[in-house]
Amino acid sequence: MDSKLKVDWIKCDGYGLCGDLAPELIDLDEWHYPIIPTGSIDRGLLYAAQRAVDCCPMKALTLVPLSADERKAS
Amino acid sequence: MITTGSAQRLLDGPGPATGAERFDAHLARLGPVPSHVARELIPSLEASGLLGRGGAGFPVGRKWRALAERRGGKAVVLANGAEGEPASHKDRILMASRPHLVLDGAILAADAIDADEIVFYVGMEHETATAAMRRAIEERRAEFRRTVRLVLAPIGYVAGEASAAVHYVNSGDARPMTTPPRVSERGVHGRPTLVQNVESLAYAALIARMGERWYRSAGREASRGTALVTVTGTGRNDGVREIELGTTVGDIAASAGIASSAVQAVVIGGYFGTWAPARAIWDLPLDPAILTTQDLTFGCGVIGLLSNGVCGVAATAQIVAYMAKESAGQCGPCLYGLRSLGEATTRVADGQGAPHELADIERWTRQIPGRGACHHPDGAVQLMTSALNVFGDEFVHHASTGRCSVTGNRIAAA
Repeated sequence: MDSKLKVDWIKCDGYGLCGDLAPELIDLDEWHYPIIPTGSIDRGLLYAAQRAVDCCPMKALTLVPLSADERKAS
Repeated sequence: MITTGSAQRLLDGPGPATGAERFDAHLARLGPVPSHVARELIPSLEASGLLGRGGAGFPVGRKWRALAERRGGKAVVLANGAEGEPASHKDRILMASRPHLVLDGAILAADAIDADEIVFYVGMEHETATAAMRRAIEERRAEFRRTVRLVLAPIGYVAGEASAAVHYVNSGDARPMTTPPRVSERGVHGRPTLVQNVESLAYAALIARMGERWYRSAGREASRGTALVTVTGTGRNDGVREIELGTTVGDIAASAGIASSAVQAVVIGGYFGTWAPARAIWDLPLDPAILTTQDLTFGCGVIGLLSNGVCGVAATAQIVAYMAKESAGQCGPCLYGLRSLGEATTRVADGQGAPHELADIERWTRQIPGRGACHHPDGAVQLMTSALNVFGDEFVHHASTGRCSVTGNRIAAA
């Protein structure tokens, strides 16, 4: 099942751990809020993505399945 | 205030200057709200092509159908008259002059989707509209057969956003919520909720009486019907008017006594809108379907004319700074991003911009969109991006020389 990263922006407080843990996936802006990729996560990066999700102190970052429309588009 | 025109439907009858239409006058003019339609109104709304008038332009019939076909208990109707957009006046004018049309629409919606509560959510700063709605509700108390209440929306741009409206009614906090769940699934009291702009509801009340063919008989282009718009930047002739969809920007300006040669740019859709050069847009029909092809949106129907003597960079800075201030402050990219965008744009407008400022502004316009619980940051960035397209040379001129070529002066920054 293809997955993507999703941020709950109300929960996210800009700790920036996700960007430190998975820099190959997640950029941080100058306020340490994540800039995440839009599409599905490459299989080889899923472990890094999951680690970033697990370490988010606000539980704001999640891995979610792509919607049917997104699967079609990708 | 301008209310003349050939396409008077929502504002048909006595002019707004005469105040709110009383219930007996409303009945004498239009007859009672049809009581037999209930769900039968939904196919009629779908066939009419009526689009929501709160800004997003979602088809009204489809929205009602989705709620009517839900599983589970009773629904709630939230009639949205918050109108936090500072440039828009159409909702407050409609509520202040035709409150019973709004009530009719809300009752019809409640019948159609099986709702046992109606909340009228009216911007607290719109005092005339609030008084008119309050009196109209009291005039018809016996008729409702369900809970009906008036909730005053707090002042603020995002208070009218659908999830913020529901949040406020539920808990007194007018900040948007993370979706899903959508308010149509879990809204007021956790129940399925139809959040519908007051103009959309008023139009539904006319379609219930006159039918979809009547609705479709107005309109100059593909999109049918009439719409309330707010015209600004004309000087003395600013105000709300009802237009046939497809009326051109030039027609509207001309009827306000403004010549094309006097206008350099137009912002369509208000603070959440898009700038376009006057010459490119003058003959463009105000038709949601046509505007979309030009990367413009009808939004809440604000037509802002920027005359030749006013600096577009300064006008943009003012809007973006306002949008930054109106961030609910829940999401970092909106809170910090819009603040930085507003401050940098203001410095450039004031001739105080540092060399890197324009590059920062462009980068933020790419970085901020899509990174918030609601679309507030997206709207502000859309306006900013269009300003860079339309006033790009002037932004560069301001940034590199500290001078404004529109006003011809070195900017009098304190």
